[in-house]
Amino acid sequence: MGNEDTTPQHMKKTFQILVALAMIFLISCNNSTQTPANPSATEASSDAGQANVKDDASMKDIVKVAVGSPDHTTLVSALKQADLVDVLANPGPFTVFAPTNEAFNKLPKGTLDDLMKPERKTDLQNILQYHVTTSALKADYFKDGQTLGMVNGDNITVSVKDGKIVLNNSATIVASVQASNGMVHIVDAVLLPPAKK
Amino acid sequence: MNTLSKLTAIATVALVTFMVGCKPRGAQSAVGGDAAQKTYVAPGKYDEFYDFVSGGFSGQMSVYGLPSGRLFRVIPVFSVDPEKGYGYSEETKAMLNTSHGYVPWDDLHHIALSETNGIQDGRWVFANGNNTPRIARVDLKTFRTAEILEIPNSAGNHSSPFITENSEYVVAGTRFSVPLDNANGDVPINTYKQNFKGTVSFVKVDTSGRMSIAFQIQTPGVNFDLARAGKGKSHGWVFFSCYNSEKANTLLEVNASQRDKDFIMCVNWKKAEEYVKAGKAEKRTVAYAHNVYNENRHSATSEIEKEVLVLDPKNCPDMVYFMPCPKSPHGCDTDPSGEYIVGSGKLAAVIPVFSFTKIQKAIADKNYDGDYDGIPVLKYESVLHGEVQKPGLGPLHTEFDADGNAYTSFFVSSEIVKWRLSDLKVLDRVPTYYSVGHLSVPGGPTRKPWGKYVIAYNKITKDRYLPTGPELAQSAQLYDISGEKMKLLLDFPTIGEPHYAEAIPADLIVKNSQKIYRIEDNQNPFAAKGDANARVERKGNEVHAYITAIRSHFTPDNIEGVKLGDVVYFHVTNLEQDWDIPHGFAVKGANNAELLIMPGETQTLAWKPDRVGVFPIYCTDFCSALHQEMQGYVRVSVPGSNVPITFSTGKNEPTGPIAQNK
Repeated sequence: MGNEDTTPQHMKKTFQILVALAMIFLISCNNSTQTPANPSATEASSDAGQANVKDDASMKDIVKVAVGSPDHTTLVSALKQADLVDVLANPGPFTVFAPTNEAFNKLPKGTLDDLMKPERKTDLQNILQYHVTTSALKADYFKDGQTLGMVNGDNITVSVKDGKIVLNNSATIVASVQASNGMVHIVDAVLLPPAKK
Repeated sequence: MNTLSKLTAIATVALVTFMVGCKPRGAQSAVGGDAAQKTYVAPGKYDEFYDFVSGGFSGQMSVYGLPSGRLFRVIPVFSVDPEKGYGYSEETKAMLNTSHGYVPWDDLHHIALSETNGIQDGRWVFANGNNTPRIARVDLKTFRTAEILEIPNSAGNHSSPFITENSEYVVAGTRFSVPLDNANGDVPINTYKQNFKGTVSFVKVDTSGRMSIAFQIQTPGVNFDLARAGKGKSHGWVFFSCYNSEKANTLLEVNASQRDKDFIMCVNWKKAEEYVKAGKAEKRTVAYAHNVYNENRHSATSEIEKEVLVLDPKNCPDMVYFMPCPKSPHGCDTDPSGEYIVGSGKLAAVIPVFSFTKIQKAIADKNYDGDYDGIPVLKYESVLHGEVQKPGLGPLHTEFDADGNAYTSFFVSSEIVKWRLSDLKVLDRVPTYYSVGHLSVPGGPTRKPWGKYVIAYNKITKDRYLPTGPELAQSAQLYDISGEKMKLLLDFPTIGEPHYAEAIPADLIVKNSQKIYRIEDNQNPFAAKGDANARVERKGNEVHAYITAIRSHFTPDNIEGVKLGDVVYFHVTNLEQDWDIPHGFAVKGANNAELLIMPGETQTLAWKPDRVGVFPIYCTDFCSALHQEMQGYVRVSVPGSNVPITFSTGKNEPTGPIAQNK
């Protein structure tokens, strides 16, 4: 499991070398003074990515809302570790249930540290994607007994009682923030996806 | 059979190999090995220059990045653009109004970027409408056409919109001389010499960009072709090339090429300003449209203006001079210092270069070679700096770098020739593929050329681009001019026909580029600022639907109560406040177009349903992952139906209160 992420990288490198070799071969056949193109010219700049776009005019997107919240530093670190930052700067629209730092602290001791390890990236992604659905749901769209299909493929059940919106009978929405690309609902517990059958 | 075809294949391969091997000097060898790398812009990086390219008969202006040659945008200017709703939405129709009524097309030839102290400043880009004479101003904050001004007493605005060094004026010289607007136009065409006149107009640009015609100068009945304002020492003057000094009214191909020399007309506009101030101009009654787009109301208004001031050189001495220029001059370009004026006679074997200092001296000395219709003609030899001898065939246009070099395009010999202004020596030449018209160097027409590249705008691409039926794309070709020799880097197809283009450093525009329309600044009277304001109202046989759009639904998305015979106005407000999230809006059977509504903006589509039924509406711009869900329905009932107006989003459930009420 640990090597799952690195193997494709190796393959990608090998492929790039092959392409570069093929280009040199082709060009040298061309009987000219041309030099091979620098392979790095075909790579994206490190500035690339929707989350890095400089934009102070638009309303804040979900990433900027999370980054701007002192109560969500753990969530932001986890999103970075799971490569989900650029995803949540996408047009979406998304609904994100955003557990507070305190919510993460309620997890059994060591759980979060363990999930942040590179070899647990897939598990971390699975958990974080369980907090995202693709549609912008304002608080008043939620109905008691509603089922929401989340990005990781599992479902969440919603209960609405006395104006209180609770997810999976465990996480309560404590506040909602409108972002440019969807809704952020702040929740007081981390949602754990059902165990795989 | 099988063997034969194999042999044929082998022979073909051998032949092709041989031919390729023998090919002496094709495009491949003209391109350097690092050309692709020099034009590659990696994700996360921007191009160095914007290139604003005229769309010719498309009527539009295109925006490319340089050095990548990527097309970023087609800005609708003089032609309708159903893609953006331009000329179709209720808000934009007025932009295309003229004294002839609604004219939904034109022929856009030339670009002029605004300048401060002779340096591009990135505020606006102007363009001419060649057919129904107009000048447009595009705002470079929004990349939208902000204003269109019709030019009266003109019959083809080709010699336009060349700009003075502080954007005081853009000019407009008529290509065709005609009986002017206030004269009797019902005259025999062969009375050209008596009845046809030309004009050049000076259009004032105020600090907000708003245009107005300050004055016109009535001229002899020649054809005006191109122009350039003076700069530096020659600031205060504009030089107009003109042909058909023969005043032919038919078969100009032959009859306008009789004389050895036509003219460059030199206009002292500071003098003209004095004459206007002194009351020397005649107020003439004309009619021309002035259309302005209001960025806060998101809508255009059109007014017909009725008066123009006309100066007659007969009453205004020392204002206009003619300068002889060989054989039907086309381009007329002033160098960065303002000292040299380069004329390019389409049929000439030399490129004459005139000296502003010598022009001033010839005027002071009254060194004339007679007059033309009462206007002094300066002696050719007295104003000439020199001639570039045998530079190529069919010179058209010249641009400049900051190092004293000029670059001239040659249509007939398909090449760009680099030559030196001081000694008129040819330094280098490169082929273009093929038949170059205009060319441009970034900042090339200004006091401060940025240099680096020259771009050729070619008419013919027969063996360059894959055949696409009888018509092929025209092209732009990018050359590196940073070294002594020009090097071809790239070519890219253009929209319509590219005539002139101007490139400008991206930094001058990027920093001001608008990302959204702030919803709180939206003053469109039909805006619905928030879902609570979304509604449908009947006013007689008009139904006004105030619709909001946000990822990924419309409010309302179920509308009932429309009747056949009604006109439905969909006023759609995009509630997004997020850069690059437009929503589209379309309804089945609409006889006009779609709307493309920018974040924070309101636009209106009028729709006259032609039958009873249920009509889908939907978002046409892939706005989000649930774009395909962004839809709704409009029910159209029979005339006289008692279906009331109702509207909702997310409430019209099968068991809900809004049931069929038949």
